[in-house]
Amino acid sequence: MDNMTFIAVASIVTAGITTAFGTMAPALGEGKAVATALSSLAQQPDASTTITRTLFVGLAMIESTAIYCFVVSMILIFVNPFWNHVIG
Amino acid sequence: MRLSPDEIIFWQFGLFKLNATIVFTWGLMLVLAVGSKLITRKISTDMRRSHWQNLLEILITGMEKQIEEVGLGQPRKYLGFLGTLFLFVAVASLCTVIPGYEPPTGSLSTTAALALCVFVAVPFFGIAEQGVGDYLKSYTSPTLIMLPFNIISELTRTLALAVRLFGNMMSGAMIVGILLTIVPFIFPIIMTALGLLTGMVQAYIFSILAAVYIAAATRVREPKPQPNAEH
Repeated sequence: MDNMTFIAVASIVTAGITTAFGTMAPALGEGKAVATALSSLAQQPDASTTITRTLFVGLAMIESTAIYCFVVSMILIFVNPFWNHVIG
Repeated sequence: MRLSPDEIIFWQFGLFKLNATIVFTWGLMLVLAVGSKLITRKISTDMRRSHWQNLLEILITGMEKQIEEVGLGQPRKYLGFLGTLFLFVAVASLCTVIPGYEPPTGSLSTTAALALCVFVAVPFFGIAEQGVGDYLKSYTSPTLIMLPFNIISELTRTLALAVRLFGNMMSGAMIVGILLTIVPFIFPIIMTALGLLTGMVQAYIFSILAAVYIAAATRVREPKPQPNAEH
């Protein structure tokens, strides 16, 4: 395998694995967060605005790790510096 | 496949590039500034008021209440900065309904600039509230060993702010673009609506996080309780 093929294969495989594994853990964390929010909503319906708002803020924080993995995958596929260097 | 609106260049002169990000940012600034100037030209304090003034009042009072709930005692002082952050990111995301528009927050340069503004504003408000000595001493709390960790946490949360907003906006635009080539009928419309929702949530998150960081920096430390002087 020459340089170009090796870089292409490594980038594509890594991009796929990054998105695959990087979205598993945040999904589990978000599931737990929503489950706890639902049970506390059932216990105290009066605090629903506070609970809902805190839930959304927490979900966005957890989501950001998945977004990091997505950004790395996009960089590997579209603006890969090693690929651009080896092409031109 | 375009990663960000940075790559649409309208005009170039040497190193200076006029790309779509700058043009859309200026357009947004124009809309926000001229719009609010026109609405606040004639403010009425009685029960008969224009709808636009009502809208502005709802926005301002809502934001003030949110800032107060986060823990900042005098929300008016911070309303200018935090309110502008929220309005800019929210309107940038809302305008995606206009065809041909790309949100300027879909470019890492814009989100990095916004995150740097927050990075500068937190010590600014902290020093304005507490004084230079007390604010710098807060970096060594609870112990001196935490000093490098506090500094690192400041830098990483700025980076996290930038990348979070960029990733959310960029992924929304990219998913719609990809779906248009695969299933160009109803599904892209649903994904655009989802992109609108996430855009508003991300605008709220960005400004609330900035408010929380400022609140942490301006929190007045309680003086240590004096030991009881027995006589």
